[in-house]
Amino acid sequence: MIEETTEQTNTETWKPTILGILCNWCSYAGADLAGSSRMKHPANMRIVRVPCSGRVNPLFILKGFQMGFDGVMVLGCHPGDCHYAKGNYFARRRIMLIRELLQSMGIEPERFHFEWVSASEGARFAEVVTEMTANIEKIGPFCGVDCSRTPSAF
Amino acid sequence: MARIGVFVCHCGTNISKTVDVERAAQAAGEFPDVVFSTNYKYMCSEPGQNLIKEAIREHKLDRVVVAACSPRLHEPTFQRCIACAGLNPYLVEMANIREHCSWVHEDKVEATEKAIDIIAMLTAKAKRDEPLFTKEIPLTKKAMVIGGGVAGIRAALDIAEAGYKVTLVERTPSIGGRMAQYDKTFPTLDCAACILTPMMVDCASHPNIDIWSYSEVEQVDGFVGNFKVRVRKRAKSIKEELCTGCGVCCEKCVVKGLDNPFDEGLGKRNAMYVPFPQAVPNVPVLDRENCRQFTKGKCGVCQKMCPAGAVDYDQEDEIVTEEVGAIVVATGFKTWDHSKLGEYGYGKYPDVISGLQFERLMNASGPTDGKIKRPSDGKVPESVVFLSCIGSRDPEHGHAYCSKVCCMYNAKHALLLKDKLHDAKAYVFYMDIRANGKGYEEFVQRTIEDYGATYVRGRVSRIFPEDGQMVVRGADTLLGKPIEVRADLVVLATAMEPQDDAKELARTLGISTDQYNWFSEAHPKLKPVECLSAGIYLAGACQYPKDIPDTVAQASGAASKVAGLFAKECLTSEPMIAYIKDDSCVGCGLCAGVCPFSAIELVEIVDRAKSTRENQVMRTVAKVNEGLCHGCGTCAAACRSLSAKLRGFEDSQILAEIEALANIKIG
Repeated sequence: MIEETTEQTNTETWKPTILGILCNWCSYAGADLAGSSRMKHPANMRIVRVPCSGRVNPLFILKGFQMGFDGVMVLGCHPGDCHYAKGNYFARRRIMLIRELLQSMGIEPERFHFEWVSASEGARFAEVVTEMTANIEKIGPFCGVDCSRTPSAF
Repeated sequence: MARIGVFVCHCGTNISKTVDVERAAQAAGEFPDVVFSTNYKYMCSEPGQNLIKEAIREHKLDRVVVAACSPRLHEPTFQRCIACAGLNPYLVEMANIREHCSWVHEDKVEATEKAIDIIAMLTAKAKRDEPLFTKEIPLTKKAMVIGGGVAGIRAALDIAEAGYKVTLVERTPSIGGRMAQYDKTFPTLDCAACILTPMMVDCASHPNIDIWSYSEVEQVDGFVGNFKVRVRKRAKSIKEELCTGCGVCCEKCVVKGLDNPFDEGLGKRNAMYVPFPQAVPNVPVLDRENCRQFTKGKCGVCQKMCPAGAVDYDQEDEIVTEEVGAIVVATGFKTWDHSKLGEYGYGKYPDVISGLQFERLMNASGPTDGKIKRPSDGKVPESVVFLSCIGSRDPEHGHAYCSKVCCMYNAKHALLLKDKLHDAKAYVFYMDIRANGKGYEEFVQRTIEDYGATYVRGRVSRIFPEDGQMVVRGADTLLGKPIEVRADLVVLATAMEPQDDAKELARTLGISTDQYNWFSEAHPKLKPVECLSAGIYLAGACQYPKDIPDTVAQASGAASKVAGLFAKECLTSEPMIAYIKDDSCVGCGLCAGVCPFSAIELVEIVDRAKSTRENQVMRTVAKVNEGLCHGCGTCAAACRSLSAKLRGFEDSQILAEIEALANIKIG
């Protein structure tokens, strides 16, 4: 499947695709606010709503890459603001491990982004999406796991 | 096989302007299991909802996807809609093609493509939706109001009048709040005390209201209908049940000359004090930080003098946990400390004061008994300059917003000044005059035309003292000339700000704030008094600068929401909560460890595979307490055997959303 994707990718028409996994109470609301404030941003992200960033199973992130997304982003409430008191703290711990996992798989660290965006930060949301899109544009399409990038000890 | 119907909304032109809704509906028709798709101008309107209901009947739909606005806006609307057509309400999914698509993108091709992707994702999720069922949960029909200003008082009285018990928690020694500090209120020039103090007394005497003054909320647990609020009732050093409010202790107190915050630093109080004579409850409070009994270890004058024997130095803070079903937050505002802005000299020159201080100078029960005297030498001012927008509408100083009340209280102050001192001159420097309430514009015109206040459009650049007066230098932007006014007193209309600990309280309550730390409502138009956390309501200026009429209206609105909630026999629980699949659970307890609500416990069940009729083998599995689970799904992400599940957000549903865009390439 990955090889097929690579072949289909025409570098001239290629545009980054990003999967965004957003917590319902802060970041999804922040994205809504960006909408109601008409804050324009690139149309490269597809959003999955979850109740809490603590709900994010590492599997979702890997699935995103497996499905050919060029980048994956998880957005949650700021520390201390979690609607469920501390779900975002668990998310933060898991994300640390996921970063290492992705690296050991040879996926560039820039392809994965974790960030706090609150319900009042519509502008921040638009900014984060814009930055992420620009970053992915810089590093190019995700063409599957690159074995030469995995650490030798692995 | 699911039979899914997709309904694409134009939202007037909000969506159809940037998304080709017909193409989106057509594309959705091709998705697996979609048997019907259409588009309509306003899906949430009655004809729109009827269209959905009829399609459900006609095409025997068992799942519905509405491609329209955010689920946070209209999901409940469409849940009710499909329930009317006989479907379980949790079989509808909202594809957010407005906030997340049409409103933020300009290119129609790109936006249409994204909209189709969003619909594909939610269709894949809807396919895996299962009917969910709510449960009835009990409800404590008692409310807590946090903050005893006019908002809290009005809310408490209205809830109490509806027949429910209310606990009114106030941080300072007396209820009354900001309004108790005011002299008159615009635009009717009613005496603030004459309106407010009877309400305060009503509160104190109402059989359904308990006032806990000098108390603060420390912790909030639970959820709508079943909150547990921990309140610290600070030690007043007075036995309230014995105190008669005679005031002897305050009079005889030997520590005098402390700043009284109620007088905004212009008046003094003793260590034993009531903040103002009309305080409710009329019980003094001992300021232990300054009391000689506490600082020097000996005094005891107040205790000896108290005829009722009510003074108690050993009294300790009392921690009380109150169970309530709803909470009204009415914690009000503070004014910006303008001494941070050097050029106007507030805090440096005693005759540059804030609007609230001027209010105290005019107040009959204020430090000057209502005689307007300037703080430096007690001179009756012959000219007073009022400055608007001090910190408001000023992003550089952190307040891009308008404080809303300043234009009106400047006009009120100018009018009252001219009313009390006919020969005094009143100058008002303004950016724009915002007089947008009932009778407001007329009031400003009256101040200018009938009372002769001089309005100058322009900003002041500098204020400095010269020959015993303050020189106010600025520009008159209508004349295009510099202007200089010599004034005896300068009054600054400083910006309204959230309380210093607003953010902390928001965290305690689990509600959100905006970028300034004003509390956020669930929706500015659909749910203006509700918070996103169910059962918590907002009243007054803790949400945003408001004048008294708006504050009182909102407080009554919050009270009616509480009364509406309490009118129900019981509440229905949110069904999107966790559950454990017994057959694969290994009882490791990881889920129990991460649950923020301690809603998961390990229990012993009979292992059916290993048990025989004679020999029962037990094994440990996790179990969710449905009453405690809030549905965050942290357990589901932690579970290694995929046994912890979250209804409505199953792994299979989320993965299906991601898989729906297999090999996604944009463009």
